[in-house]
This record gives sequence, structure tokens and C-alpha cells, in this order.
Amino acid sequence: MKVNELAQKLSLKLLAGEGGLDNEILTCYSGDLLSWVMGRAHEGSAWLTVMGNVNAIAVATLTDCACIILTEDAPLDEDARQRAESQSVPILSTDLNAYEMAVKISEILK
Amino acid sequence: MAGLELKYAVPSAEEDFLGAGEASTSVKKKLRQIGYNPEAVRKVAIAMYEGEINMAIHAGGGEAEVEILPQSVTIKLIDHGPGIADVEKAMQEGWSTAPEEVRSLGFGAGMGLPNMKKYTDTMDIETEVGKGTTITMVVNAQ
Repeated sequence: MKVNELAQKLSLKLLAGEGGLDNEILTCYSGDLLSWVMGRAHEGSAWLTVMGNVNAIAVATLTDCACIILTEDAPLDEDARQRAESQSVPILSTDLNAYEMAVKISEILK
Repeated sequence: MAGLELKYAVPSAEEDFLGAGEASTSVKKKLRQIGYNPEAVRKVAIAMYEGEINMAIHAGGGEAEVEILPQSVTIKLIDHGPGIADVEKAMQEGWSTAPEEVRSLGFGAGMGLPNMKKYTDTMDIETEVGKGTTITMVVNAQ
């Protein structure tokens, strides 16, 4: 499923990185410790996190995550927004927590 | 084919924490452009990023030298920081000496060196307390 479709189905707000909306979501991953995520997130993940900083964008880029979904309305830093734009990493936002979001994604990716 | 050699300066966390990651992002792009095996590209990107972050946090920055050959990529990270007092401990997942402010950014989980080892085919650490550390990592193309 493409990031765009997922965003529409779950009414997620796009904060940045429109250029990557065609990325294919293969799976889902949740975590906030960047080094932990770095070593474990699979390619094509929709990554659920509260980390809206510029390093999170780097981790998403380097691990080939399909998109970042900021849970519980976690804020996106301005420099992170710019980095996400330039690297075309879609940043979506939800008021749900990671568990609630992951359950919904799981239903859709079935 | 002759090897392609790339050199980067890695800034310290104090100078520019946002700059850490630029070298690995650039190497990843280059490897993609030349059509390198995607799994190897991912390994290089992850290992090199962890190394960059380590140098930025612990060593006041350093240099990264990357040699791309058809059969492998060699990443050499050179710093003149404090050195690693106990390499065996540093290699354990979860063991960290990162300062609190770095933890709040999502680092300092004690995963840096273990991730570098996990994602490379060989990793060699030369370190001397008070002098610095040189880490050489090789990722095979296949």
C-alpha cells in the first residue's frame, strides 16, 4: 500500500515530504530510541514514533522507511520539516498512540 | 575498475549535531547511483551513520574515508577523541557513556558499536585512550 492511500484511509495529516507519498508501505515499526530503530526497522516500514527531530529523518532515510507517523500529535521540529522535504520523507501525524495506530495499520495491511 | 574514494569531515555534536549523518547519506546516494546491491547499501548506510553519530557525540568529530570497490565497501572512521577505555564493554548492547542531552535526542541506547558490528562483514577497532580511535569496517557487495 502506498503512503498516500494509508494517509487517506486513516485520515492522517501530512506535515512534510510530499515527494515520498508514492513510497510503498510493506510493514510497520514502532520505537523512539533512534539507534535501536536504526538497527531493526525494516525497509518499507511505516515508522511510528514521537521523535520529530532531524536525526529521526536521517534514520528514516538511511533505513529506507516508507514514512514516519508521529503519534499522539508529537511535534515536528522546523529543521526536521525542512530535511523531510528535501529528502522526500513523508511525515504524517495522528492523535492516536503507537498501539492504537499500529492496530489500525495492521488491519489495513492484512 | 579502480576504486572510488570518498572523504568527509564529520562535525562534532557541539559544532553541528544536525550535520552528523550527512556523510552516510551522501555515500548511500552515491552507491545507489552506481547501482550497488541494495542490501549492501543499507548496511553501509546504517553502520556509517552509527559511526558518525559516535564520533560527533564522543570524539568531537573526525574524518570518514570510504572506498567503493565492485566487491566491497570499506569505511574508515578516524577520530582524535578520548579513545575507548573498555572495548569489550562498549561492544555490549545497552552499554553507553553518552551524555543526558544526547539521550533526549533518541541516542545513547548503547547500540552504536553493536549495530556497526551487526551490519558489517568485518570491523576492526584501533583505539588508544587519550589519542583517538580508528574503526575500519568492510561490507561485502554480496
